[in-house]
Amino acid sequence: MKDTDIKRLLYSNLLCIFSVFLSIFIPSLFLDNFSILETHLTWLCTCSASVTGVNLLLHLVVKPNVSSRRSSLSHKVTRVLKCCIYFLLSCFFLHIIFVLYGAPLIELVLETFLFAVILSTFTTIPCLCLLGPNLKAWLRVFSRNGVTSIWENSLQITTISSFIGAWLGAFPIPLDWERPWQVWPISCTLGATFGYVAGLVSSPLWIYWNRKQLTYKSN
Amino acid sequence: MSWLMQKVSVLLFLAWVSFLFYAGIALFTSGFLLTRLELTNQSSCQEPPGPGSLPWGSQGKPGACWMPSRFSRVVLVLIDALRFDFAQPQRSRVPGEPPVSVPFLGKLGSLQRILETQPHHARLYQSQVDPPTTTMQRLKALTTGSLPTFIDAGSNFASHAIVEDNLIKQLTSAGRRIVFMGDDTWKDLFPGAFSQAFFFSSFNVRDLHTVDNGILEHLYPTMDSGEWDVLIAHFLGVDHCGHKHGPNHPEMAKKLSQMDQVIQGLIERLENDTLLVVAGDHGMTMNGDHGGDSELEVSAALFLYSPTALFSTVPPEEPEVIPQVSLVPTLALLLGLPIPFGNIGEVMAELFSGGSDSHPQASALAQVSALHINAQQVSRFLHTYSAATQDLQVKELHQLQKLFTKASASYQQLLQNPQEAEASLRTLTAELQQFLRGARAICIESWARFSLVRMAGGAALLAAACFLCLLASQLAVSPGFLFRPSLLIPVAWGLTWAMLYAGLLVTIGSKVDLVVLGAVAATGSLLPFLWKVWVSWGSSRPLVPLLPVPRPVLLLLLIRLATFFSDSFVVAEARATPFLLGSLILFLVAHLHWEGQLLPPKLLTISRLGSSAPTGPPRYSGTYALRLGIGLLLCTRLAGLFHRCPEETPACHSSPWLSPLASMVGGQAKNLWYGACVGALVALLVIVRLWLRRYGNLKSPEPPVLFVRWGLPLMVLGTAAYWALASGADEAPPRLRALVAGASVVLPRAVVGLAALGLMLLLWRPVAVLVKAGAGASRTRTILTPFSGPPTCQADLDYVVPQIYRHMQEEFQGRLERTKSQGPVTVAAYQLGSVYSAAMVTALILLAFPLLLLHVERVSLVFLLLFLQSFLLLHLLAAGTSVATTGPFIVLWQAVSAWALLATQTFYSTGHQPVFSAIHWHAAFVGFPEGHGSSTWLPALLVGANTFASHILFAVGCPLLLLWPFLCESQGPRKRQQLPGSEAEARASPEEEQEEPLMEMRLRDAPHHFNAALLQLGLKYLFVLGVQILACALAASILRRHLMVWKVFAPKFIFEAIGFIVSSVGLLLGIALVMRVDGAVSSWFRRLVLAQQR
Repeated sequence: MKDTDIKRLLYSNLLCIFSVFLSIFIPSLFLDNFSILETHLTWLCTCSASVTGVNLLLHLVVKPNVSSRRSSLSHKVTRVLKCCIYFLLSCFFLHIIFVLYGAPLIELVLETFLFAVILSTFTTIPCLCLLGPNLKAWLRVFSRNGVTSIWENSLQITTISSFIGAWLGAFPIPLDWERPWQVWPISCTLGATFGYVAGLVSSPLWIYWNRKQLTYKSN
Repeated sequence: MSWLMQKVSVLLFLAWVSFLFYAGIALFTSGFLLTRLELTNQSSCQEPPGPGSLPWGSQGKPGACWMPSRFSRVVLVLIDALRFDFAQPQRSRVPGEPPVSVPFLGKLGSLQRILETQPHHARLYQSQVDPPTTTMQRLKALTTGSLPTFIDAGSNFASHAIVEDNLIKQLTSAGRRIVFMGDDTWKDLFPGAFSQAFFFSSFNVRDLHTVDNGILEHLYPTMDSGEWDVLIAHFLGVDHCGHKHGPNHPEMAKKLSQMDQVIQGLIERLENDTLLVVAGDHGMTMNGDHGGDSELEVSAALFLYSPTALFSTVPPEEPEVIPQVSLVPTLALLLGLPIPFGNIGEVMAELFSGGSDSHPQASALAQVSALHINAQQVSRFLHTYSAATQDLQVKELHQLQKLFTKASASYQQLLQNPQEAEASLRTLTAELQQFLRGARAICIESWARFSLVRMAGGAALLAAACFLCLLASQLAVSPGFLFRPSLLIPVAWGLTWAMLYAGLLVTIGSKVDLVVLGAVAATGSLLPFLWKVWVSWGSSRPLVPLLPVPRPVLLLLLIRLATFFSDSFVVAEARATPFLLGSLILFLVAHLHWEGQLLPPKLLTISRLGSSAPTGPPRYSGTYALRLGIGLLLCTRLAGLFHRCPEETPACHSSPWLSPLASMVGGQAKNLWYGACVGALVALLVIVRLWLRRYGNLKSPEPPVLFVRWGLPLMVLGTAAYWALASGADEAPPRLRALVAGASVVLPRAVVGLAALGLMLLLWRPVAVLVKAGAGASRTRTILTPFSGPPTCQADLDYVVPQIYRHMQEEFQGRLERTKSQGPVTVAAYQLGSVYSAAMVTALILLAFPLLLLHVERVSLVFLLLFLQSFLLLHLLAAGTSVATTGPFIVLWQAVSAWALLATQTFYSTGHQPVFSAIHWHAAFVGFPEGHGSSTWLPALLVGANTFASHILFAVGCPLLLLWPFLCESQGPRKRQQLPGSEAEARASPEEEQEEPLMEMRLRDAPHHFNAALLQLGLKYLFVLGVQILACALAASILRRHLMVWKVFAPKFIFEAIGFIVSSVGLLLGIALVMRVDGAVSSWFRRLVLAQQR
C-alpha cells in the first residue's frame, strides 16, 4: 500500500462528494423553485442519478479492482444485467425493511421507495462497481478482517456510515419542532446523505492514520 | 442442604436489591407527587370574612348570611362528562351547506330554545375544568371551590369524605333539605349529609341506563312533593356511553336526547324561587375517556336558568369561558350561604345584577359587593393557609395583599359615597377580579411544588442501586463470589442503621416516616457493599471491570434513556420502542455475521469455512439468522398495528382493533373478527403443544402434562364462549338474558380457576419426564456398585446424583459408538434436557390465558404475536450465545435489553398508554359484570393485571433467556447435518430415538454456576429496568417546571414505577419457579436411585 493509492482514493472520494453537491446545484439551473426540502423527490432522483454516474465513471476510469480476466461481450452484458437486477432487488429489500421498521405501508409509497433507491445508490452501487454482482465477496467485505484493499476498506466504511446516517435520521421525526425536514422520509434521506459524505471524507483519513497497522491479505 | 441455602440466598439477594429500588422510588415519589394541605376551617354566617360593614345591612335579615339570598331553592343537574360542544346546536361549518351530522351535536335542543326565547333568564357557559378530570376530583372542586391535587387522581374508586368546608356542609348547617339521586360517589364524599338520597352504583361503566332510569323514577315525584330545598341529580349515562362507545356513536345521540327531555321536564316544573343548574363535571376525549387535561376533557358545559329574570343583558354570541370553580361562590351567595372557607373561585358577578329591570348603577354596585365578599373570603383563606404552611410564595402573596387592601379601601369609599362615577366602579371591579385571579394562580403554582431534597435523595438511591446491580451482576459469576456473606453483611448494616434512626426519632419524640426509614435502611445496606467493591479496586486484581456492557448495547440503552427526557419521545414511545427493538435485532444479525459466527448461505458455494471464527465453529447458516431477524421485525410491525394514540397527537388515529367486538356494528365483520380471535387462541394452544412435543415433554403421564393436553383446550373453549357472549350480549333474545348473564359470570372465573389449578399442578409436580425402563437394567446396576449400600445421608446423595449423570452421559456416548439397532437403553429419561424451560413455558401459557381474558377480544392476536416474537428472539439470541459446557454461564446484555424492549413494546401493542385516561377500566368487570360492591382491591388487581400484563409475562419468562441456548444446543449440529428439506421430517418424528444432548442438564451439572447465572440474570434485568425508572425520575425532576410535567412525565414515572414493582415481583416468581423445578429434579433423581437399589 502506497501513499499514492490513498491519494487516488481521496480524489475519487472527493469526486463522489462533488457529485452530491452537483445534484444540489445543477437542477436549480433548469428548474424553477427547486429546493431540497420542497421538491424533495426531484432532488432524490437527481442525486441518485449523479452519484450513480460518478461511481460508474470512476469504475471505468480508475478501475480499482483489476480483475482483468478476459471476458466476452455476452459475459459483460449478463454482468451488467445482473447488476441492474441486484440494484432493483436491493431497493425492494430496503423498502421492505423500512416498512418493517415502521414506515407507512400504503401512504407515501413513492417517498419510501425513493428513499430506498437513494440508500441503495449510496450502498449497493459502490458495492456493485467494486465487487461486481458477487454476494460472496460482499459478505466477505462486511465481516471482520474481510477487506483486502483500501478500496474495499473505504467501501466498508462508507456503506456502514450511510446506514448509520439513515438510522440516525429517523430520530428527529417524533420531535415537535415542526420543521419541514422532519417529515418522513426527508430527515432519513438527509441523514443517509450526510452519512455517505462523512464516510467518503473519513475513510481516506482513517486509512491514512492507520496505514501502519493495516495489512491486507492478497487474494 | 447447602444448595437449598444457596438458592434461598439468591432469591433473598434479588429481593434485597428490589427493596433498594423500592426505597428509592418511594423517597422520590414522596418528594415529587405533592398533596395539598387540607384546612378544616369552616365559614359561618356569624363571622363575616372580613372587617367592614356588609352591604344592605344584611346580617339581620332572615335567610340571609353574607348576602341576601336570591333563590330559596336550587335544582342541580349534573350530567357526567357533558362536554361543552354537546350543548351546542348543529351548525354547518360553511354557511349554505347542510350541517355535518355528528351524533352528539344539537341533541340538547331545549337549552337552545330557552336561550332564544328567554335570553334574560338563561345563560350557557363553557366551564374550564382543572385537571385531573376524574369525577371525584371534579365533585370535590364543585363543592369546595378548591383545586384537588394530582395525588388524589388514583383514589377515584376509594373516595373518602371531604374534610374541607364545602357547599353541602354549608347547606346542611343552614338547615336546608338536600335530596340527592344518582352516582354513589357522593355517598362517600358526603356521608349523612342528605335528607333523602337515592344512590346508584357508578362503577359499572358498561351499564348505560341503571343510574339514569333510577334517577328518573324518583326525580319528578320528589320535585312535585316539594320536600326539598336543594335537589341534586347526578346522571352517569353520558359518561358511561362515552366509555363504552365513544362520543361518535348513535347511543350517544339517544342518551343526550334523553337528557334533553329531562331538562325540558324540569324547566316545566320550576317555580319562581328556583334556580336550575345543568352542569357537566368534565368533558371527554375523542375516544370517550377522561382524566387528563386535553382541550376536549377540560371543557364542560354549564347552563343556568330561572323563571325569574337573572341577567340584565342578552347572552353573547359565543358563550363565555369561566373556570368551573366559579360556580361555588356564586351558588353560595345566590342561596344566601357563606362561601366555603377554602374556595378560590371567582364569583360570576353578572348573576348579581338583579335582572333586566334594575337600575344599572345599583346592579353594578351589587356586582361589586359580591366580588368584594368573595375577595375578602379568598384573602382570609390565603392568610390562614400561609400561616399553616410555607407553601405560598411570600413575595407574590405580599403583592396580592397590597392589591386587596387598595381595592378594599376604595370599596369602603364607594359605600360611603354611592353616587360615585361609573368609572371608579369599573376600576374597582377590575381590581377585585385581578386579585381573585392572582390568588387562584398563586395557589395553582404552589400546589405543584416539590421537595427537592427528597427527589435528589431518591434519584441518588436509584442510581446507587443501578450501580450495585451492574457490579453485582459481574461479581455473581466471578469464581470467588460467596452468596451469603455478601448478602448478610449489608442487610445487617441496613437493619442497624434503620434501628438507630428509628430509635433516635423515638427518643426525640418525632414521628417515624416510613419512607425515610426505608431510605435510611437502603442506604445503610448499600454503602458497605459498594465499599467492599471499592476496596477490591484498590487491590491489585479488581473484582469487576468498570463497564461490562458491550458498547453498541450501551449506546442503545443510552438512546433509550435519553428519550425519557423529551416529552415528544415519551408520547411517541409506542413507535420508538419497536424501532429500537428492530435496530437491536438487525444489529444482532449483522454482528453474528461480522464475527463470522454464521455459515455462509447455502445458495453460495462454500469456499471459506468459518475456520477463523473466534468462538467455536459457526452453528447456524446466515439465512437462518436473517430469517429469524426478518420474522421478528415482521411480528413487531404487525403488533405495532394495534396502536392506541396518545391524546397529544391529534393527527394520529387509534387502531379500531382495540375496541371490544361488542361495539362493532356490522354483523359479518364481527363474525369474521370473532373467528380470527378464536383462531389466535387455537394457534397459541397449538404452538405451545407443538413446542412441548418437539422437545418431547408431552408424553409423560405427569399431571401438569395431562393438564396441558386436556385443561388448556378447555380454557380456550371457555374463553371463546365468553367472548361470544360478551360480544353478542346485547343481541341475545330476552328469555336467554339470565342465562347469558350467568354464563358471563361463570366462564371467566372458570378459566381463571383452571389456570390456577394448572399452576398448582405445575408447582406440585414440575418434572415432566418420561422414564423408559428397558431390558438392560443390569447395566445401571454396574454403575451403582461402586457405592456400598444405599445412600444414607445427604453427602452420599450429593455424590450419587452427579454420578448418574456421568453414567447417562457415558450411556449416550456409548450409544453413539454402537450401532442403533442394539436395543433400548436402561433409563431413557426423555425431555430431561428441556425440563426447566418446559415448566417455564407451561407456566407462561397458563398465566397468559387469564391475562388475555382481561383484554378486549382482538388483543388475543397480539398475545399470539407476543409468543411468536419471544420465541424468535430467544432463538436469535441463542444463535449468538456460545454454550459453556461447564460454566460459568452468562446471560448476555443484549439479550436482557432486547427482552426489556420487547416487554415495553408489548405494553403498547396491548392497547395501553402511560396515562391515566388510557387505563382499561372495563377489565374490572370481567367475571364481575355487576361490579364489586364496596371492595376495591379486587377491581384494582384486575385493572392492574390488565395494565401490566406484558410486564408480568416477560418478567416471569425472564429465566428463558438463560435456558434457551442450552435448549438450542440440540438443534445446532442437526442443522448442520441436515438439509432444509429433511428438517420437517425430523420434526414430524421426534419420537424417534436420537442422540440426546445434555442441554439443560448442563446447568444441573454445575449447581453453583447455575445459581450464580440466575442471580446474574435477575440483576441484569433489574438493572435494565432500574435505569429506566432512574431516567424517568431524573426527567421528572429536571423538567418539573415543564409544560408537560403532569401530562407526560409524571404519569410516565408512575407507570414505570408500578411496572418496575410488578416486574421485580414477576422476576422473583420466575426464578423461584426454576428453582422449584430444580429441587423437584433433585428429588426425582433421588427416588430413581432408591428405586434402582431395591
